[in-house]
Amino acid sequence: MSLKLRGLCVDIAGRRIVSDVDLEVPGGSFVGLLGPNGSGKSTILKAIYRVHRPAAGEVLLNGADLLAMRPKDAARRVAVVAQESTVEFDFTVFEMVMIGRTPHKRAFDKDDEADHAAVSQAIERVGCGTLMDRSFNTLSGGEKQRVLIARAIAQGADHLILDEPTNHLDIRYQVEVLELVAGLGVTVLAALHDLSLASLFCDTVHLLADGRIVTGGPPRSVITSEIVRHAYGADVLIVEHPETGTPHVIARRSDAPSRPSRPLGSYPLPPS
Amino acid sequence: MRQVGEPKTVHPGSSSMTSRPATPAPGVLGLRPSPRSFQRWRGRLPLPAVLLACLVLLIVAMTFGVGVGPVPLSPRAVWQVIFDHLTGHPKNTVADAIVWEIRLPRVLLAAVVGAALTTAGAVVQVLVRNALGDPFLLGISSGASVGATTVLLFGVFASLGIWAISVGSVIGAFFAMATVFLVSRTGRQLPPTQLILCGVVLSALFEAVTSFLIFRGNPMATQSVLFWLLGSFGQANWEQLPIPAVALVVGMGYLLAQARSLNALAMGTEPAASLGVDVQRLRRNLFIVTSLMVGVAVAVSGVIGFVGLVVPHIVRLMVGSDHRRVLPVGVLFGAAFMVIADLLARTIVAPQEMPIGVITAFIGAPTLIVLIRRRSYLYGTTQ
Repeated sequence: MSLKLRGLCVDIAGRRIVSDVDLEVPGGSFVGLLGPNGSGKSTILKAIYRVHRPAAGEVLLNGADLLAMRPKDAARRVAVVAQESTVEFDFTVFEMVMIGRTPHKRAFDKDDEADHAAVSQAIERVGCGTLMDRSFNTLSGGEKQRVLIARAIAQGADHLILDEPTNHLDIRYQVEVLELVAGLGVTVLAALHDLSLASLFCDTVHLLADGRIVTGGPPRSVITSEIVRHAYGADVLIVEHPETGTPHVIARRSDAPSRPSRPLGSYPLPPS
Repeated sequence: MRQVGEPKTVHPGSSSMTSRPATPAPGVLGLRPSPRSFQRWRGRLPLPAVLLACLVLLIVAMTFGVGVGPVPLSPRAVWQVIFDHLTGHPKNTVADAIVWEIRLPRVLLAAVVGAALTTAGAVVQVLVRNALGDPFLLGISSGASVGATTVLLFGVFASLGIWAISVGSVIGAFFAMATVFLVSRTGRQLPPTQLILCGVVLSALFEAVTSFLIFRGNPMATQSVLFWLLGSFGQANWEQLPIPAVALVVGMGYLLAQARSLNALAMGTEPAASLGVDVQRLRRNLFIVTSLMVGVAVAVSGVIGFVGLVVPHIVRLMVGSDHRRVLPVGVLFGAAFMVIADLLARTIVAPQEMPIGVITAFIGAPTLIVLIRRRSYLYGTTQ
C-alpha cells in the first residue's frame, strides 16, 4: 500500500521545476513535504495526480505504475484535497461530496443506494451532517475544507494527497483538518508550509529546495535551525513542543533586542 | 489496506476499490446506515416534476407559436393539421398549408436552435469556469458568421446547394474555436482567464472580418447578410431542420454521457484530474461538440445572443448545477424560450419582423437581474 516516487523530474514551460526526486510513503504513514514557496512541493503532487506529466521518473503504487493506469482506476486509489478554493457554480454539500463518486461510475450510471450511503456517511464522518443541504459557497473556510475531505472519503481511495490543505485557515481549523485526516488511517502525502504543524502530524518529512529533496527523516532530525536556515533562508529558533516533544519553530526578529528568557510557567497567569 | 474513513475492524470484500461493488452495501464505510440517507432530491426541486413542467411549457409555446400569426388558428386546428400529417392524411386546406409549410418548421427550428444554444452555453460556462461564459465568448458564433458570410457573399461551396451555409458556418466555428483553444493554451494548461481574453479578442477580429466581407461584397447580398447576422427564423423550412436536429441529438448524447465528468470539471481542471477525469480529452471533445452544435445553429438562424448566457443561469437557479439535471432541463427550457422569443419577434410590430436578438436581450437581461436579486445567488462569490 505504499506510494513511491523514483527519479521524478517535472518540466514546466521548458524549465525543470522538480529534479530527480526519490520519495517513499509507506502504507499507513503520514509523510510531509516541506520547503519554501516555489520549491516544487505542489508540482510533485500534481505530477502524481496527472496535472503535470513527468519528464522522467515514475510514480509507483504498490510497485505498479500509477500513471499508466486508466485515470478512473488511479482516482479510486489516490484522492486529493487541495487548498480551499472557490467553486464558480452552486453545488450543495451533498452534491459536492457526490462528485467524489465520479471515478466509480460509468456514463449514464445513476446514483444508487450505495453511493448515497457512502456520501452521507462521509459527510457524517467529517462532522458536517447538519450542512448536508447547504450551498458549498456559503460555508466557512474550515467547513469547506472538511467537505472536500468528505469528498475524498467518498472517493474510496486508500491514499490521500494533501496540497497545503490548511492555507487560509485559522489555527483551530488547521489542527482540526489534519487531525481528521490522520484519523482516517490511510496513507497520506501532504505538502505543508507550517513546519510546527508538520512536525506535530508527520511520521516522516522531506525537505525540498529548488526542486530537489535536501533531506528526509523524522521531523526531529529534519526540522533543525541549521537546516531551516539553509533551506528557507530564515533565522528561526527551534524549541521542543512541551507536550509532544516535537520540534516547534519560532520566528525571530533580527532587530529585536534579546532579553533573558524566563522558563515557561513563571509568567503570572490570569485568574481562571 | 483500508479505505478512507473505514474503522479498523471492518474488512469489506475488496481490499481496494479497483472494481465497483457488485451489491449495494450501505454501511460500506462501517458507519451506521441511515434509512433516511436515500433522499434523491435533497434541497432541490424533483427532476421529473421540473422536466414535466418544462415539457408542458414547450408544447404550449409551440402550439401558440404555430397558431398565432396574420391568420390566427385555434390550438385545436393546429393539432388537427399535425395529426392529419402524422397519420398520413393531409388535407388540402389553407390552414394545412400555413401550419405545415410555414409555421411548424419555423417553430421546430426555433426550438432546436434554442436547445442547442442553451446546451452550448452551459458547457462553455464549465470550460471557462465562469458564469458569464457564452458560446459567443469563445468566438464560435463570430467564426461561424465569417464562414456563413463567405458562403452567402462569394458563393463558396455553391456545389453543396442548401448545405453550403451550414458547411461554411460549421467550418468557421471549428476554425474559430480551434484558434481560441490553441492560442490560449500554455503547455498542457488552459487557464480560464486566458481563454476568455483570447476568445474576446478573436471574436472581435472575426467580427471585423465579417464586416470587411460585407463591405467588399455586393450591396444586395449585404442586405441579406445583415439581417441574417441579427438573427431570424424568417427563412425556416423543412430542409433546414435535419442537420441542427441531428447535431443536437448527437451532442446531447455525448454530453449526457459525460455529465458527471462535467460536474468534476466545474470544480476546476486540477480537482477534475484528481477525480479520474481525462481532462485534456474531455476538454477537447467539449470544444468539438459545442462548436458543432453552435455552428449548425448559427447556419440556420444567424447569431442570436443572450440565449446561451441567460437560459443556463435560469436552469441552474431552478435545479442546481448538477449537469445531469442542467442538461435535460436546459434542452426543454431553452427550446421553449426560443419559441416564445420568436413568437414575440414576429407579432410585436406585425406585419414587420423584429430581429430575434432584440427580443432575447429584452427578455433575458431583466429575467436574469430579477433572479439574481431575488435569491442569494452564489455564482462566483464567497460570502
